Amino acid sequence: MLGLEKKDFTLLLIVAAMVVFAPFILNPFPEGSSLAQMFNAGYPDLMQRFAIFGILVIGFNILFGLTGYLSFGHAAFLGAGSYAAVWMFKLVGYDIIPAILLAILVSGLFSLLVGYVSLRRSGIYFSILTLALAQMMFNMAYSVLGNPSSGYNLTNGETGLQVYNSDPQIFLSATGQNFPNLLGFSMRSETHLLIGNWDFTLNAGYYLSGLLLLISFYISIRIFRSPFGLMLRAVKSNQQRLHYTGLNTRPYTLAAFVISGMYAGLAGGLLACMDPLAGAERMHWTASGEIVIMSILGGVGTLIGPILGAGFNEYFKNILSKINDSVLHEWMAFLPDGFENVMVTLIHPFVGKGWHLTLGLLFMAVIIFLPGGLVEGGQRIGKLFRRTKADKPSDETPAGKETE
Amino acid sequence: MSNSILTRRSVLQTGAVAGAGLALPTILTAGSHSGYTNAPTGGTVTLGFNVPQTGAYADEGADELRAYELAVEHLNGGGDGGMMNTFSSNTLEGNGILGKKIQYVTGDTQTKSDAARASAKSMIEKDGAVMITGGSSSGVAIAVQGLCQEAGIIFMAGLTHSNDTTGKDKKANGFRHFFNGYMSAAALAPVLEARYGKDRNAYHLTADYTWGWTQEESIAAATEAMGWKTVNKVRTPLKATDFSSYIAPVLNSGADVLVLNHYGGNMVNSLTNAVQFGLRDKIVNNKNFEIVVPLYSRLMAKGAGANVKGIFGSTNWHWSLQDEGSKAFVKSFGTKYGFPPSQAAHTVYCQTLLYADACNRAGTFNPCGVGEALEGFEFDGLGNGKTLYRAEDHQCFKDVLVVKGKENPTSEFDLLEIVEVTPAAQVSYAPDHPMFAGGDLGACNPGA
Repeated sequence: MLGLEKKDFTLLLIVAAMVVFAPFILNPFPEGSSLAQMFNAGYPDLMQRFAIFGILVIGFNILFGLTGYLSFGHAAFLGAGSYAAVWMFKLVGYDIIPAILLAILVSGLFSLLVGYVSLRRSGIYFSILTLALAQMMFNMAYSVLGNPSSGYNLTNGETGLQVYNSDPQIFLSATGQNFPNLLGFSMRSETHLLIGNWDFTLNAGYYLSGLLLLISFYISIRIFRSPFGLMLRAVKSNQQRLHYTGLNTRPYTLAAFVISGMYAGLAGGLLACMDPLAGAERMHWTASGEIVIMSILGGVGTLIGPILGAGFNEYFKNILSKINDSVLHEWMAFLPDGFENVMVTLIHPFVGKGWHLTLGLLFMAVIIFLPGGLVEGGQRIGKLFRRTKADKPSDETPAGKETE
Repeated sequence: MSNSILTRRSVLQTGAVAGAGLALPTILTAGSHSGYTNAPTGGTVTLGFNVPQTGAYADEGADELRAYELAVEHLNGGGDGGMMNTFSSNTLEGNGILGKKIQYVTGDTQTKSDAARASAKSMIEKDGAVMITGGSSSGVAIAVQGLCQEAGIIFMAGLTHSNDTTGKDKKANGFRHFFNGYMSAAALAPVLEARYGKDRNAYHLTADYTWGWTQEESIAAATEAMGWKTVNKVRTPLKATDFSSYIAPVLNSGADVLVLNHYGGNMVNSLTNAVQFGLRDKIVNNKNFEIVVPLYSRLMAKGAGANVKGIFGSTNWHWSLQDEGSKAFVKSFGTKYGFPPSQAAHTVYCQTLLYADACNRAGTFNPCGVGEALEGFEFDGLGNGKTLYRAEDHQCFKDVLVVKGKENPTSEFDLLEIVEVTPAAQVSYAPDHPMFAGGDLGACNPGA
């Protein structure tokens, strides 16, 4: 269906089901319990992040997973998209369609520029070039273009670009909305489903992001299965051989770069739609690094890996970082006093402010034991139960293996 | 591999799926209506404390958090009551707010606008916070204030000193107790004139964000009005930790005063660098080279150690003040934590009490009711003397302290001495003052 093979269509259906039922799956603990306070992730802000970063990493995977070009500057396109969207809110009004379209367009242009320059080199040089160019964009946004007194205040610097009552917003009066909305439906509007002790939040912004995630995922499958996708894989496996056969690979890699930049723009635009402020920090190189980590965690070059990686990273970032000492003491309260303190001291470096440490360890574990990311982990578990079937070579082979 | 033939059937199928997806939000938008966002149910009310726990302002954030915990304890009836006993309004009885026990959640702003927004958003959406307070950076405060305005939540600004917070970025749902760059300049200028004379050349090093910009503008305007010249204004990144490359050019600039528009860890490092470069021992234009730190705090003085001796600055509050409110606050804070509170701790403690009192007087947690109760509210007994929450821009007007690094500290906390208490009238300005113009409070937003 939809021009997909049966297996891919099943995958699409699984992702669709995940998107639709996420508010339920992510809220496993009843309201009011201490576990719910800590581990429930089914609130709109986090679910929106799952979907939006899913889109971002799906796009990144088209570049990194297929061509093997490791871009260290994708966060810059995300930021450019956010700034473009907020400018649309400021100038045109709170309708999200023009905002998202401009975000994709602007990021597309930026990635064309950056790609044109950086794709002259490959490997580590390409990575460094993208890193440098992205960091330049960050500094421009953070400082040079962000000073109100300089006369060309494009980004509002550290404070972040916001919408003011004094902004033109020429179409605002027509809808009378004061928050980003799709044809009048505010991204903030939500319904609470109370079932027993559970409180499930169904949020319009989340479902819009989810829908766009599905569309992005679908497009990504089509690209993976297209002759264009095959060409990108060829670039990854041996670019020199392609050159010897007389093929010019640059247009293909540039196209992949621009496509993934546009995905980042869409994600950035969506971020701004859910919270109409664009700050420069989302363009920082650490944010770019995070995209790479999400991508590798999930499984580079696989279809569903990026979504898993993004979800995994965002969950840990938002949940683990919230666990502080008082929470730990609450959990360990059943232990004898001295022992309790020892346990809290032992766990302390890994949670709260130290969540990066945990993520780092998990990342190392994944790299060492599951080079194919979470997808490979899933496949191994799957194999345990399907030992009888002959091992068929699968399209979902993790990236690390393909190159060898 | 490819099967991308578009048949009529597949187009129809795609259309149907996309249509269903688009229609989904329509079905799900029957939002709940309780009058305002996160109306507390049951016997508790949740407040959100959003402070920097990492970054250049982490020390201030940690002290803010201590003060918040103290305020919650006092409001819930624990401890000795602190400034509740000296506060001129008598609605606080130690039974929480409106009879509801106060719970709180905390978040880390990381001194970054994006992270602060995300953390405040999760406190509002996940934890049901009805008020957000905190922020040790004006950039963060302005970003979070904007979020609270959109979400229909009251924002009680913590440590934010930029003119913009209650100037061009003011919001109906946001309130600031702390003073601002203009007030610092107005209080500091006469003192500087008396000590350093009218003929000086000032060199500004400024943290590159809204607070630095507006404070630099205010100080430059006030000092130029009394005859000083501004030699140069150099912006430094908020993330910077080493300022030697910015200090070196000062030596040959012909300036005889260095104004450090830095705060927290930035100021500790830049002042230390400046002293290491021997700036304070230099004689330029036949005058002693001087350093001025317009916004001072005890935590910074502690970080910079002996380097702060004799350096002038301004502060919102200092623990050595001898009025009843300050004494009560220093006593209960000292009993609980073993050291005196900083100005950051003081302002957030006051903000929490002021919010609780406003809810009690309004009889509701509804942001519009609370805002009305705070607007134009006059109070006393919170350590700054008579104070007014001005209705036009939600800024508090009170006395400003001009302080100096103490030459002979008697203890590790006794680092600043109060040179002058500048009366509120001298630091007041019209709401449409050019440095504050261009903003619009808008209407209060109660949210859902």
